[in-house]
Amino acid sequence: MNDLAAVKPRVALDPRVLRREFPIYQNNPGLVFLDSGASAQKPALVIDGVAEFYRRDYANVHRGVYQLSQRSTDAFEAAREATRAFLNAADANEIVFTRGATESINLVAQSWGPAFVKAGDEIIVSDLEHHSNFVPWQMLCERMGARLVVAPTGADGGFDLAAFEARLSPRTKMVAVTHVSNVTGAILPVERITELAHAKGARVLVDGCQAISRMPVDVQAIGCDFYAFSGHKAYGPSGIGVLWGRYALLVAMPPWQTGGGMITQVTAAHTEFQDPPHRFEAGTPDISGAHGLKLALDFIEGLGRDAIREHEEDLTGYAIDRLSRIPDLDLLPGGQRRLSVLSFTLNGIHPHDVGTVLDQHGVAVRVGHHCAQPLMDKLGIAGTVRASLGVYNDRDDIDALAAAVEACREMFLR
Amino acid sequence: MTMDLRELYQDIILDHGRHPRNFRPIEHATHTAKGYNPLCGDRVTVYLTLDADRIADVSFEGRGCAISTASSSLMTEVLKGKTLAEARALFAQFHAKVTGGEVHELPEALEEDAERLDPLTGVKAYPARVKCATLPWHAFEAALKGGAAEPVKTE
Repeated sequence: MNDLAAVKPRVALDPRVLRREFPIYQNNPGLVFLDSGASAQKPALVIDGVAEFYRRDYANVHRGVYQLSQRSTDAFEAAREATRAFLNAADANEIVFTRGATESINLVAQSWGPAFVKAGDEIIVSDLEHHSNFVPWQMLCERMGARLVVAPTGADGGFDLAAFEARLSPRTKMVAVTHVSNVTGAILPVERITELAHAKGARVLVDGCQAISRMPVDVQAIGCDFYAFSGHKAYGPSGIGVLWGRYALLVAMPPWQTGGGMITQVTAAHTEFQDPPHRFEAGTPDISGAHGLKLALDFIEGLGRDAIREHEEDLTGYAIDRLSRIPDLDLLPGGQRRLSVLSFTLNGIHPHDVGTVLDQHGVAVRVGHHCAQPLMDKLGIAGTVRASLGVYNDRDDIDALAAAVEACREMFLR
Repeated sequence: MTMDLRELYQDIILDHGRHPRNFRPIEHATHTAKGYNPLCGDRVTVYLTLDADRIADVSFEGRGCAISTASSSLMTEVLKGKTLAEARALFAQFHAKVTGGEVHELPEALEEDAERLDPLTGVKAYPARVKCATLPWHAFEAALKGGAAEPVKTE
């Protein structure tokens, strides 16, 4: 099978053709969508596939003895297996379905955290983290009397390995970092971070939200202990997410939410819980969402993650070049390796004013602090304008962005 | 540039956004309050000096977008010298205009001031931006209530 993949001709992505598979473009002619970092648009096969699942195969999972329930359960578990394969995890039982990366990280902070972190311990996060990979650890530290240590990025916007290493110690119990920054697109050296952290006996959680749809992700190659991502950023439905964790760790973690579907026996005196992953999936899960996620991961695999990465790297380079030529525009640095996310400020023009003008030119970008206030504080800015890429974007989109930015300069800086 | 944008960013707004009037603290203000919009991080501090029932001086400081800065600036211009009842009436009408509420007529003496604020009412076509325009007014209201210890938030 591997040989087949090797001889399969590499087909470069054609965003123009791909857009036909995204109904949002048919329904919004002229749309320049540069906000996939917040949430990606959905291909028809995901939208229709979810609807079709409800029409043909839907019932609750792991409950009924009837055939329909079995079909639904099979689809749900097939999604788990597809996610395992997508991450190259060792075992499908290491895949926990959640509402999204936020819930995945909170699960680890609230279940693994109190069981393994005690007063005087330390947790390291980077200063690039999204609030969802910052606040859960801050709260855990407050609760346990532990200390949150922030590893800074260097002047070039890249992760500073030396500064990180200097902060690592035997007190470090968890290192929680993003794979790709949601503000600058900086790619963090998660393999090396993991190696260094493990040498001190710390665990590593990687927030893969911005990486999962854009580059090959192999959790065994990274070597980390937990990996979290959201389905909606990977062309899948919102409301479904994934936590991958090493089985030996998951099995040592207590449940964090309790209810149906996660127990083996309940008596008035005592409850016994299921093994992972079901231990962490209390209540009826997002069944159709899991199926939609599988379809989205199939879609990504169909295009090829290497091909997607190549396409987005090329477009990122073009965008950096194009935006750098605009006077008054300051691009936030993102280190030597960056992908698909670019933030900038425009000499004194408030990001919300830029966002409104860009919107009037049909360009959808995100403006504000991007849930990364610690980074904004460090940079001394209230917010940025952020453009982020997806498989449907091409150079025309970047040109449209540049033209709209020029119109903005014309209006506010003339 | 589209016509729609010109409705929102009229010259007077761009001017007050770039060169805000009464942009300074009042050292011995009788009332002060902060406004904060967590969505965009805009912050404004409104200072007031009341002489009995009349606004003797009003100013603001802070950082924000063109809309919130212009709104703060224009607010300070129209409020100076007004009685509290007049100020509240102006806010009530302004609020109604930008949020699409029921607009009540103002006494003739206030009509000119209300017209000064009209350029800002273009925000009603931009739901995400309405709070930019109302932020300083909410801070003003909070200042009258004795200056909240916590900033008034738009969210």
